[in-house]
Amino acid sequence: MELTNLIIWLIPLPPLLAFFFIVLFTNKNNKLSHSIAVGGAGLSFLGAMYVFYQALTTNHFAEHPFGNAITWLNLGDKPFEIGVMIDPLSAIVLFFVAITVLMIFIYSIGYHNYGQPKGDHDKKGFPPHGAAQDGHTVLSIEPMYARFFAFIGLFAFGMFTLVVSDNLLTLFVGWEIMGLCSYLLIGFWFGKDSAKNAAKKAFMTTRVGDVFMLLGISYLFTEAGTLSFKAIFTEEMISHLAHADSYIPGLSVAGLAGILLFIGTVGKSAQFPLHVWLPDAMEGPTPVSAMIHAATMVSAGVYMVIRMFPLLQAGGHGELTTAMTVLAVIGSITALFAATIAVAQNDVKRVLAYSTISQLGFMVAALGIGAYVAAVFHLVTHAFFKALLFLGSGSVIHGMEHGVLHTGNHKVDPQDMYNMGGLSKKMPKTFWTFLIGGFALSGFPLITAGFWSKDEILADAFANGHMGVFWTLAIAAFLTAFYTMRQITLTFLGKARTKEAEHAHETPATMTTPLIVLAIFAIGFGWVGVPEHFPGIGGILPNWFHDFIAHGLPSFIHFETIHFSWTPLITSLVVALGGLLTGWLVYRNATTAENDPIKKLLGPVHTLLKNKYYFDELYDKVLVKPLAVFSEKVVYEFMDRKVIDGFLHKVAELTFSLGTIFREKFDLPVINEFFGDGTAAMTQWFGEKIRKIQSGNIQQYMIIAVLGAFVALFAFWMTLN
Amino acid sequence: MDINLLTSILFTPLVGALIIALLPGKNKKTTRIVALVVSLISLVMAIILWVGFDGAVANADGLKFAQEFVWYEAINSTFYVGVDGLSMTMVLLTTLLTPFAILASFSITDRVKAYMALFLFLEVGMLGVFMSQDLLIFFVFWEIGLVPMYFLINQWGSPKGERKLWGGITVANRTYASFKFMIYTMAGSLGLLLAIQMLGVVFHTFNLPEIVAGWNAMGGEEIILGWVTVATAKKVAFWAFAIAFAVKVPIWPFHTWLPDAHTEAPTAGSMILAGVLLKLGAYGFLRFVLPLYPAEAAASANIIAGLATAAIIFGAFAAFGQKDFKRLVAYSSVNHMGFVLLGIAAAAKMAGTEDAVIALNGAVLQMFNHGLSAAGMFFLVGVIYERIHTRDLDEMGGYFPLVPIYGGILIFVSMASLGLPGLNGFVSEFLVVRGSWPIFTFWTALSMIGLLFTGAYVLKGIGKTLHGPVNEKHSDHLTEINKRELFVIVPLMVMMLWLGVWPGWLLDVINKASMALLEMLG
Repeated sequence: MELTNLIIWLIPLPPLLAFFFIVLFTNKNNKLSHSIAVGGAGLSFLGAMYVFYQALTTNHFAEHPFGNAITWLNLGDKPFEIGVMIDPLSAIVLFFVAITVLMIFIYSIGYHNYGQPKGDHDKKGFPPHGAAQDGHTVLSIEPMYARFFAFIGLFAFGMFTLVVSDNLLTLFVGWEIMGLCSYLLIGFWFGKDSAKNAAKKAFMTTRVGDVFMLLGISYLFTEAGTLSFKAIFTEEMISHLAHADSYIPGLSVAGLAGILLFIGTVGKSAQFPLHVWLPDAMEGPTPVSAMIHAATMVSAGVYMVIRMFPLLQAGGHGELTTAMTVLAVIGSITALFAATIAVAQNDVKRVLAYSTISQLGFMVAALGIGAYVAAVFHLVTHAFFKALLFLGSGSVIHGMEHGVLHTGNHKVDPQDMYNMGGLSKKMPKTFWTFLIGGFALSGFPLITAGFWSKDEILADAFANGHMGVFWTLAIAAFLTAFYTMRQITLTFLGKARTKEAEHAHETPATMTTPLIVLAIFAIGFGWVGVPEHFPGIGGILPNWFHDFIAHGLPSFIHFETIHFSWTPLITSLVVALGGLLTGWLVYRNATTAENDPIKKLLGPVHTLLKNKYYFDELYDKVLVKPLAVFSEKVVYEFMDRKVIDGFLHKVAELTFSLGTIFREKFDLPVINEFFGDGTAAMTQWFGEKIRKIQSGNIQQYMIIAVLGAFVALFAFWMTLN
Repeated sequence: MDINLLTSILFTPLVGALIIALLPGKNKKTTRIVALVVSLISLVMAIILWVGFDGAVANADGLKFAQEFVWYEAINSTFYVGVDGLSMTMVLLTTLLTPFAILASFSITDRVKAYMALFLFLEVGMLGVFMSQDLLIFFVFWEIGLVPMYFLINQWGSPKGERKLWGGITVANRTYASFKFMIYTMAGSLGLLLAIQMLGVVFHTFNLPEIVAGWNAMGGEEIILGWVTVATAKKVAFWAFAIAFAVKVPIWPFHTWLPDAHTEAPTAGSMILAGVLLKLGAYGFLRFVLPLYPAEAAASANIIAGLATAAIIFGAFAAFGQKDFKRLVAYSSVNHMGFVLLGIAAAAKMAGTEDAVIALNGAVLQMFNHGLSAAGMFFLVGVIYERIHTRDLDEMGGYFPLVPIYGGILIFVSMASLGLPGLNGFVSEFLVVRGSWPIFTFWTALSMIGLLFTGAYVLKGIGKTLHGPVNEKHSDHLTEINKRELFVIVPLMVMMLWLGVWPGWLLDVINKASMALLEMLG
């Protein structure tokens, strides 16, 4: 136990040390840098697996989670403690984070062309452009190779910190450090204006959520007197928070704090209407996309809100609370809305970006309807298959870049799916693993992990009678299968549509090995959560996942066991298989982007979807531009310079005028001329008059002196009397 | 006459200034070294004092290392210095930033002797304010500090630019800025001086602890000076004190001297202005306004909190609206000091509650933190200005690959200024928000707009300098940050990280001082 606790404290540290080491010492040495980074991730991985194993094998683990705390600050007479905690929820999150992070680290070595020559014209801040070698152009190594590994190290530190935290404050620390890292990594190729703007957009959009979250944390701290999960999630405290009135009529403290915290998730996990940053985040190198969209950042948002579930459900007694309703609505809207956009995207990574937003919506909606275990389940399976898909897409792009360098036609966009086709033969490992990932995302029945988690969400929604959520998610699931198959078909099947695709090439083992590892989890992880009452195979394997996670919730929160029903199962089979089949049928003979079958079918609606419902344009017009103008023209130039400084200048001018008036109307005429010059003139006049008695005649002086003496004597005599 | 360590800290820079004045002026290097060494001696003594602070015995007034000398017998003003946790924190900040500011000034080549002497003299003024426990002495130091700063801006400030005034008059920017700084502060202090005189006449002493005790013991109906009730006198004197400090902090809308002074001052001048001088105002609220006028402060706390929120929001917007990098950083001070004031207002309103202690802890810690990060930011702007001789953000861009070390440092310090968790600013901002949330829920919620836009202007600063395609207009002159400059910034960065990860060593002292102060009020 002591050892386990120590290891939990140590888990986040290796990647952080790797960050400092690379930045300070080894940034010139690529090999050493990536070794340190991968080694750091490896150590964290080992620690995480040890802790996870302990969690599995410890009796009554759910009742007695690991962890301890130390005093960080004294506030008044009260100590403020921070610490670590591993309970079933954080154990399972730690498990998938450690695996995906390590895989992404290893993959990055190949992705950034380690071992390739330096590019002839490569510049820091731009993606590598290739190098000439033996008459060919080959891929060139990333100019800021070492720096990349430093940044993802810090990123991993942020995520591990967040997961092992036993309180909201250090969770928030990890949360924000990831915000910084996403900024640094999305803007990794900062020389490109598009990357620079995407980085800023990601940071600012998520920060909108963060400031609300900060308020939520402050509010909860105020009302509960602590931020420790253990202390907040007790029956007394939850009931106290559920019954205390907040500032908003009809909403309890628990409800308001929960909603404020949830807005943090809306930002971080790209939920509607703060989703706009995520697709632009594709500007970063592909491992970063996997990092942000699967292993770390967006999962962190969902993890936090899952963690706060006891608070969200407080006062509901099994019914939906206001906070949960908010989650259900936002999640459902996001799931469907993002799925519709994904249908109209041609960039291989953007499709995945929108699918991430959509899948996160599934999780949020699931939590909103109280399907706690299903939400966690989908979080984990999604992390595996989405990391796989992103890394797979990176592999595809890499293969395409190979082709582009071969033909030398740099006008061909290696990310446009219409430039691909037939890659399954060129890149078989990438193809098969991508297929597995895609099928998991679509919820291909029985085999894939995605099926089990998605099915559980639908079953829960149906069983509890949330039909709106059920049908919205079902439609979204159909679209998911459809756009996934569209992607697979356009990318891998059929014939190569460009010369570049013909010359695409399978990627090195550092890239394909992580794909294979993740593919195993994208299939196998579903089998740990097969419902007991599932027809045919239910009960063969124990529903370990449900038991493990459900017991992690405080015992005063009760679940109704849901009864098996055919409707959701058939629905989920139909949407998954139907979507996949339709996708293949529609796209198997697709030729160019102009002749996209969906485009023809939908017409102007397609334009709307392609432009993401014009949200970027709307925000730009309504918020970004006006606020920039407001800052410069109104606050600075008008308020400060014109009004306030203007007033000060008026006062100064008035003082100055008064001074001038004093000088010209008083000082000069009265003091100088009247008194000053006047006195002088009088003296002069007097002097001139009196000069007459200064004749130089001694007798005359004597007479005056004697007369004077007499006058003086007389005066003296008078005073005596 | 025994002089203890605290008093020595105060007078060492004065002696240093005199030595520099007597040294032959030809040897610039010696002058610089002497100034640096003198400021380092003060720092070392301050650290020794800090280490021994917890164990030191406090006198009857709750002050440690106190000393009292006869100064002006006829009116019963004594030279009374001493520190509590609050003063000690500020003394540490002042002695810490001065050597770095002096080291940053090594690039000054014009009239080095006068410059360094003035700089040390400035330190005396600031330290005096934080140590004085006698109102008259306090006022002397308060005003003395203005003089060297006036000359630093006026003589060594940025040589470019003119400001248009009324009637077609134009003056050089630095003349305008130094004049505005001096006159504004002095105008604000007039009422303060009168109020201090009034207290001196009533109590026949300027001893602060005595006055505080006597003043609070008086009933509101009592007549003083033969014609005015205590209640009325307090109301008027409260505003006299408050306005003097409000100008200094500065509280919105008294803030417009700040961007001018900070922008025009030489780099080290801006570092000290933002790092220490602004804290004098906030310190004034804590040391004088709250203890002398607890009831009035509580009654006006809403207004102060509202103005603080205005500073947070408009400061952030105005910073975001800048094209001049230094002015952007200057406005960030308005934004950050708003949080200090919000915390102070919350503490004033609800003294005696746990929330008040948290808010006050946050406010004082924020004073220290802002001192570090603002000084760091101004320094970094100075580094780039010395090379390319412009502060116009539109003329920069894409510098990251050219100066990777500088770029990394700029991002680090910017993030500290933004309040990134893990670095110092976050801890204090979080405590202020937490403390004032239950007291001023509306204002605190509103201030989040400012916090959001803090992100916007910080990213604007980073983006316009480091990111994007290289702007080649001045990039030829750009060289990497040098060793001396690293000696200035690295220690500050270490402090930022240290306070972000483990603020306990500083916050414990602040916490005790906050509790003592609030106990006195509530």
